[in-house]
Amino acid sequence: MITTITLGHFLSLGAILFAMSVIGIFLNRKNLIVLLMCIELMLLAVNLNFVAFSHYLGDMDGQVFVFFILTVAAAESAIGLAILVTLFRNRQSINVDELDTLKG
Amino acid sequence: MDTFSLLFYTFAAVLVFAGFRVITAKSPVSAALHLVLAFFSASCVWMLLQAEFLAISLVLVYVGAVMVLFLFVVMMLDINIDSIRQGFWKHFPLAGGIGAVIAVEMAFVLTRGFDLPSAKAFPPDVAKVPNAKALGIELFTHYLFPVQIAAVILLVAIIAAIALTLRKRKDSHFQKPSEQVRVKKGDRLRVVKLAPTIEAPVAPAADAAPQNGGQA
Repeated sequence: MITTITLGHFLSLGAILFAMSVIGIFLNRKNLIVLLMCIELMLLAVNLNFVAFSHYLGDMDGQVFVFFILTVAAAESAIGLAILVTLFRNRQSINVDELDTLKG
Repeated sequence: MDTFSLLFYTFAAVLVFAGFRVITAKSPVSAALHLVLAFFSASCVWMLLQAEFLAISLVLVYVGAVMVLFLFVVMMLDINIDSIRQGFWKHFPLAGGIGAVIAVEMAFVLTRGFDLPSAKAFPPDVAKVPNAKALGIELFTHYLFPVQIAAVILLVAIIAAIALTLRKRKDSHFQKPSEQVRVKKGDRLRVVKLAPTIEAPVAPAADAAPQNGGQA
């Protein structure tokens, strides 16, 4: 029985969360809003790694980086949701398969 | 097992469960609520790592602002869930394979070199002030320019979000106060020149003209 929590535990938690959100992106391939949620979850996993490294290596820079990631992620989700609302207003759907106007 | 490990495993279990429900939930509202739970337990894990300021701001910024925005959008859109859920499990073998590969590769790396059992102490000038103060000192001495860049990014996000979703309603009637204030007499009062009508003197009735255009 392991009694002390090492840096590896926190990094493993982050890795599990990251892998799970990758799976989520595959599963919810059609649902744009759950795709955005999976991206948020992925950013959370990355932030967890940053905070863990910052704590275990005794360096404040990791937390500063998390601060900036939070800022950019908030901006990203605000713009993403605005695009989603505009998209739904024009197409009456958020199904990714129907967004093929550019023939991509 | 000490308290720290107990708390860590509890929060980690809740976090992983909530993440799993986010990616498999049937309705987007349920997924958003489980994402709130995931953020909350992640902030508890950060609290264990003594990053109090970031833990609080994760709750404030994410649970308080971003997730409420998500919930608003989810409830505002009328999503046809059935058509979106079609073929949900079709990609599960591929997705599970890729996720397993990621997890195994990470496990190879993580089980080798990252078993630091105890935290290295912060430098003494950082260690003797609270976490929020230490973060603030770091931000505003070494990272002042990136902070301003971040402020500009947030401004751009505000403007972009408003510009994308603002739409003009064609059928609304409203007053324009500036024009009301600037109105002059000439705008309201229109003097119409009318040709004077002069009563023609009534001629003595001509008796010999019954056919000269009676109702002209």
